[in-house]
Amino acid sequence: MDVLHKIPVREQDPKVRATNFEEVCYGYNEEEAKLEASRCIDCKKPLCVQGCPVSIDIPGFIREVKAGNYEEAAKVIGLSSALPAICGRVCPQETQCEGRCIRGIKGEPISIGKLERFVADWSRENNIVPAVKGEPNGKKVAVVGAGPAGLTCAGDLAKLGYDVTIFEALHQPGGVLVYGIPEFRLPKEKVVAHEVELVKNLGVKIECNVIIGKSITIDELLNEEGFDAVFIGSGAGLPKFMGIPGENANGVFSANEFLTRNNLMKAFKDYDTPIMRAKKVVVVGGGNVAMDAARTALRLGAETHIVYRRSEAELPARVEEVHHAKEEGVIFDLLQNPVEILVDENDWVKGVKLVKMELGEPDASGRRRPKEIPGSEYVVDCDAVIMSLGTSPNPLISSTTKGLEINGHKCIIAEESTGKTTKDGVYAGGDAVTGAATVILAMEAGKAGAKGIHEYLSNK
Amino acid sequence: MYKILEAEMLADKIYRMVVEAPFIARSCQPGEFLITKLDDKGERIPLTICDYDREKGTVTIIFQIVGASTERMSWLKAGDAFEDVVGPLGNPSDFIKEPIEELKKKHYCFVAGGVGAAPVYPQVKWFHDHGLECDVILGTRCKDTLIMEKELESVATNLYVCTDDGSYKIHGNVCVPLEDLVKNQGKKYDVVVAIGPMIMMKFVCLLTKELNIPTIVSMNPIMVDGTGMCGACRLQVGDEVKFACVDGPEFDGHLIDWSLAMKRMNTYKTEEGRAMLKLEEGATHHGGCGNCGGDK
Repeated sequence: MDVLHKIPVREQDPKVRATNFEEVCYGYNEEEAKLEASRCIDCKKPLCVQGCPVSIDIPGFIREVKAGNYEEAAKVIGLSSALPAICGRVCPQETQCEGRCIRGIKGEPISIGKLERFVADWSRENNIVPAVKGEPNGKKVAVVGAGPAGLTCAGDLAKLGYDVTIFEALHQPGGVLVYGIPEFRLPKEKVVAHEVELVKNLGVKIECNVIIGKSITIDELLNEEGFDAVFIGSGAGLPKFMGIPGENANGVFSANEFLTRNNLMKAFKDYDTPIMRAKKVVVVGGGNVAMDAARTALRLGAETHIVYRRSEAELPARVEEVHHAKEEGVIFDLLQNPVEILVDENDWVKGVKLVKMELGEPDASGRRRPKEIPGSEYVVDCDAVIMSLGTSPNPLISSTTKGLEINGHKCIIAEESTGKTTKDGVYAGGDAVTGAATVILAMEAGKAGAKGIHEYLSNK
Repeated sequence: MYKILEAEMLADKIYRMVVEAPFIARSCQPGEFLITKLDDKGERIPLTICDYDREKGTVTIIFQIVGASTERMSWLKAGDAFEDVVGPLGNPSDFIKEPIEELKKKHYCFVAGGVGAAPVYPQVKWFHDHGLECDVILGTRCKDTLIMEKELESVATNLYVCTDDGSYKIHGNVCVPLEDLVKNQGKKYDVVVAIGPMIMMKFVCLLTKELNIPTIVSMNPIMVDGTGMCGACRLQVGDEVKFACVDGPEFDGHLIDWSLAMKRMNTYKTEEGRAMLKLEEGATHHGGCGNCGGDK
């Protein structure tokens, strides 16, 4: 066995999967998982754990996998994470646990994400219910939003005995896990619905179709509905646009709209919600959401281009997503930026004017700042443009909650370690606080919020 | 599930339903809207709230068949249920924040076109319930498509009904009585509130611009989530891009880029047409829509 390299994971053939929405990666089987686990040298001071936002005992669960004790492995993970089948699929492991792995110095790191996924999938297939409810302590907590932050916070609080109700604005729980991340990366029924079910098994109630700030306010939850504390995990908000000419033309979509139509509203199946099946799509942006939008457009039948203003090294997306997108045939047009969207006489997109870019000095984020190359503009034909430029926070809660302060970016101000906001009894975390980030960082914030609320209510 | 307590056809393709939705009924205000979703496969349909009963926890909706999901909605009867109803969404009308004493000094004219009568009604009712006067113009294509006449009559100070084809009362679109009232009958309006199809709101705005009357319109663009997430409902308002769901739905009608807003309504015209075709043809559908792949 080659200990320097990961046991390869089986995947759907790129040519085939480019035309369907089935999951790309098949994951490890028992034999492959055991072999991969045997590469772990069980470090005394495991750096991988430091790299994990929710501090899973990684060598601990891998040890159990090595021995074939998958149920024990699930228990070890369950102590720290309520959503392992999701994290095993969507975490940016290369910059977290796997990025710190000692094995990575001389060869490839242990495939921690794929092992986590294996354990979670195995326990689902074998009907293992990992965690147990806590003894009821008589205290009620409301959680706003059933996305990764809210589900994690609710799960942790339920384990401590709190009576938790999650209020979700959409018609299905999951947040970005259902509306944002596509089926081919994160199966909705098999994985997301199951992990939501596990949170419900802890006694958590989920009320969909309730918009906190509109249907009922935070103050009403605290003063009239008998909740002792509230956690806000309402997620990211309004999609950003570039402000260039032609951006409101027909055929220009935010990635949020395009993905929501396809993922939450299942436009790729025989559902009523329409989606544009374009011939040639330009996706603007280089993050995971841009990759998801591009790979979705490709599967709906379009020639798909990613336009990103920096170079490949700066792409914020997970390496695996970029790799998969390329394999499937997404074309990367790097160091270019749109300056105008060209429209036909009926205001439909007919092309994009791009300008070439070069990298200058590093900016505040440490990445080299892209600069336009004067006179390098050129036009590419396309019939749809998808803007994937991030989001700015949703005002629904902050504008209806007195005493809840927001910062200059309109994000809710909250302490990182406890989620405590400027309003008594109100905690917050995830994208609503940090702006658009990752699933696992939202989960970390959900855990911090649960800890903060537990401390607050224990001392009250 | 959200139970339907009453369901009736008001006119051709126009339906009225009373639905149990306690979270909306407890807090909704004039100007706000809600979203319904029929079943698993249904679209999220934004609809204005026509009336509400806080005690019973019910809301009244009125909708017109425009696509596959609204067609399927029209088949529902009392006792059936929507899988999802969510709201209230959007912002309440500006006037509810004004002191009543200030509003007493102002003359409002509400202009409703077609199913726009539904969202206008709770606003006029609010005026009536607060002891305020207002005029209402109710316009529609012909006598058979007229809705809400009695309801509006009971709450408006003066109601002027008009039909495009002259089959009932005043002959002409809503601009005809509006122009007549202001130019010939000495009416002075401080605010016009116009709600209806985009083309009707556009023409009311062109007229009120000329008459120099500030005008509020309620926009009903394409939407998915209705909470500010998708950006499908974006509109050019003056030199700003606004989202109808979180910034509206009511805007200064004189600042709206109407031609852009109307073109954006066509985004899914073909797809919607195909979906309707598939629905109408039922089991006899063999993929002629070019959409479902049944012909391949």
